[in-house]
Amino acid sequence: MRDAAHTAPGGHASAHAMQAVSAGAVHLGLGAPGTVHEIHEHRELGFLRKYVFSTDHKVIGIQFMFTGLVFFLVGGLMAMAIRWQLAWPWTEMPVVGRILFPNTGRVISPEFYTMLFTMHGTIMIFFVIIPLLTGAFGNFLIPLMVGAPDMAFPKLNMIGYWAMIPAAFCALISFGLEGGGPAAGWTAYPPLSTIEKAAPGSLHAQTFWLLALTFVGASSMMGAVNYVTTIVKMRAPGLTMMRLPMTVWGLFIAALLQLFALPVLTAASIMQILDRVVHTGFFTPTNLLVNQLSPETAGAAAGGQPLLWQHLFWFYSHPAVYIMVVPAMGFASDILSTHARKPLFGYKPMVYSIMSIAGLGFIVWGHHMFMSGMNPALGMTFMVSTIMIALPSCVKVFNWLATLWGSRIHLTSAMLNALAFVAMFIIGGLSGIWMASTPVDIYIHDTYIVVAHFHYIVFAGSVFAIFGAIYHWFPKMFGRQMNETLGKIHFVGTFVFTNCVFYMMHQLGIAGLMRRTADPYAYDVYAHLQPLNQFISISAFCLFAWQIFFVVNLFHSIFWGKRAGRNPWRSCTLEWEAPSPPGHGNFDRRLAVHRGPYEYGTPEVQEDYLPQARSL
Amino acid sequence: MRFLLTLLLIATLVLGVWTFMDAHNHGWWLPPNVSSYGPHIDQLFYLILGMVGFFFVLTEGILIWCVFRYARKSETKADFTHGNHKLEMLWTAIPGALLLVITFTQMGTWAEIKYKGSFPNVAPIAEVWASQFDWRVRYPGDDGKFGTMDDIENPFEFVVPVNEPVLFHLRSRDVIHSFFVPYLRLKQDAMPGMVIPVWFQVTQEGSYDLVCAELCGWGHYKMAGRLRVVSRAAYEEWLKKAKLEMLSNGTEDKS
Repeated sequence: MRDAAHTAPGGHASAHAMQAVSAGAVHLGLGAPGTVHEIHEHRELGFLRKYVFSTDHKVIGIQFMFTGLVFFLVGGLMAMAIRWQLAWPWTEMPVVGRILFPNTGRVISPEFYTMLFTMHGTIMIFFVIIPLLTGAFGNFLIPLMVGAPDMAFPKLNMIGYWAMIPAAFCALISFGLEGGGPAAGWTAYPPLSTIEKAAPGSLHAQTFWLLALTFVGASSMMGAVNYVTTIVKMRAPGLTMMRLPMTVWGLFIAALLQLFALPVLTAASIMQILDRVVHTGFFTPTNLLVNQLSPETAGAAAGGQPLLWQHLFWFYSHPAVYIMVVPAMGFASDILSTHARKPLFGYKPMVYSIMSIAGLGFIVWGHHMFMSGMNPALGMTFMVSTIMIALPSCVKVFNWLATLWGSRIHLTSAMLNALAFVAMFIIGGLSGIWMASTPVDIYIHDTYIVVAHFHYIVFAGSVFAIFGAIYHWFPKMFGRQMNETLGKIHFVGTFVFTNCVFYMMHQLGIAGLMRRTADPYAYDVYAHLQPLNQFISISAFCLFAWQIFFVVNLFHSIFWGKRAGRNPWRSCTLEWEAPSPPGHGNFDRRLAVHRGPYEYGTPEVQEDYLPQARSL
Repeated sequence: MRFLLTLLLIATLVLGVWTFMDAHNHGWWLPPNVSSYGPHIDQLFYLILGMVGFFFVLTEGILIWCVFRYARKSETKADFTHGNHKLEMLWTAIPGALLLVITFTQMGTWAEIKYKGSFPNVAPIAEVWASQFDWRVRYPGDDGKFGTMDDIENPFEFVVPVNEPVLFHLRSRDVIHSFFVPYLRLKQDAMPGMVIPVWFQVTQEGSYDLVCAELCGWGHYKMAGRLRVVSRAAYEEWLKKAKLEMLSNGTEDKS
């Protein structure tokens, strides 16, 4: 048993980190990692250093959160435009059409449609979900939950956030370039993405898109190095790995996934940049004829293999799917246990299942390529690994349900969203089995059932978990509580409309409707699907509009919310030992951890919870 | 809130199941199948539907019960338990076994459709070329070879005989496309730089939509083609006429 008195490994790293954190503070000592010191003498920092170029993990986390939410709005608006086109193709867009599409008769052009879904996917994945999960909550929560005063490398952390800015710049500027935005899909399959004449926006926009991806990758990488180091080296005394809250486990595993998978994406996107800019031939095969022109006559090398990109891209982007859900699973576990006042059922199986999801996550990328012309025998092996990855997800669901069984549920806004996460994750997880099965995938590959599936995981799953996490940790972030009534109104509408939008997409997919088509109704086989698409679009507009309740609640509560104490949810984990909001250096008293993170309803004490840091 | 949430979750469950049961009345379901291996794919689809449907009802059902039963106000503490080894074993082993069963039942059909070993022993009937944004079908002509002077090139429409196995070569001239005929349950990407053999056998004469299922540029949505399935005799006749037509206007293929 590790206890307060021991000197854990990593004393050096933490001391180093602390020095970096509190430049000008008194010497913080070389005690056990995460030991908290009462004395904080800070040089008063100017506004810029405190709120803009801050090295404080909490400020960086909140910066990531607002950046992510702003991009959520941008990506959401793009989704609305996509839905307009799918419901009423080539019709004038009311009100905004005049401003947005003056040259095409207030109508979305087919070129612009391809750019819309390309950027919708790119923004939602790389600028919303990943930054919100790992950037915002990873930064804000990890040091607090492991009882550390800050991240291991605060400056690197700051650079990690600021690397998002050139990324965002490259992504958004590409729309203003000649020919328009990137139009090769968020997967950027060559040769469509590598040959300039193949897609209208491919002139420079695609190059900028690749640069954006590289910067995002650099940002995530710096974050991941920090998270792993902080979790391994800076835990409070007594906080063994097996006493970490699931949120930290989820973020830890997601960071490991990023560390191992991101270099591959970065290498691949640099290869594609080279193909485009200096005409190397990694991905462009010989003897193409695009727009009556052979790329080789324009000086491009050939002899490449488009499948190579798909392998490299999915080697990152499939684990990225787990990066987008594993932290969400962690949030949901913590929120469920706290608000159900019952210990998380099966802590160890929960940890092991996250680990096996991550491990298997590295050998399933080929299921995106079942139809690509890859050797079908390889498809068979990828099918086996892909179907088996359903098993740890299944174990997680049963453990969540067992956590709720016999519990005392408090239906707070945070809890409602966490419960919705479980309900929605079940749907998204189950529909994945169709996609994993190679023969069924022959039919449903690249249809709307795939769109339904990953939106159930990423939107209905992760986004509900993110909403839950915002409601749950908001008091810690701002020292105030969010309005519960508004939170509940927001939840009910979001839940209803989310299902109206995404559930019906299964039906489109089963009817064979393929993705990424601007106007499918010209085909006999799809003509009857327009009314269903109109229903989905109207629901999507309502879903978008309903978020106003969240925005109002968020901003209102930041300034005028009810003041929250240290521990408004009577939670056991370490972040609630700090003041709300925590000051520089986080904790104002020494921490020692005595037990696991989920001692709710314990018979040991009178109250229904026993915090990790309380000694009996 | 407890009743409202219970109601919302019940609605999700009931409407979710009902949507799948009622969908075929609205055409939100698998289109009719006309290929020889289509029924195998459909059976596997229904097998998985049955399994996921069962787990959907089971897990959402438990969730609904938990919300309904345990979200009540209560003065007592929750059950204090950290887990149960036996239960964990149970809900790992049973789904694990089911998933393995699912995995193994898929393999035969996949091999039947995509493995070279199970391709029919016939000469390729045509090359199907995909390019931005159309389909061109090239029949080999009398010499049975592609890329010779007597090739017959037919835009838009892929004409094949009914009730016999058809093998063709799928190729792309520019970017990645995907040959997708929903009625056939057949999809295969056309990969530039690769010649991909594909086979099917249609059981019913008719004309079926051929669509592109892989983003290929701005005109992706209108990359329409047709698969016309006719009797052997009609096919021979069509081929003869196409040959004559080609000779009369002297087209030749330069690529």
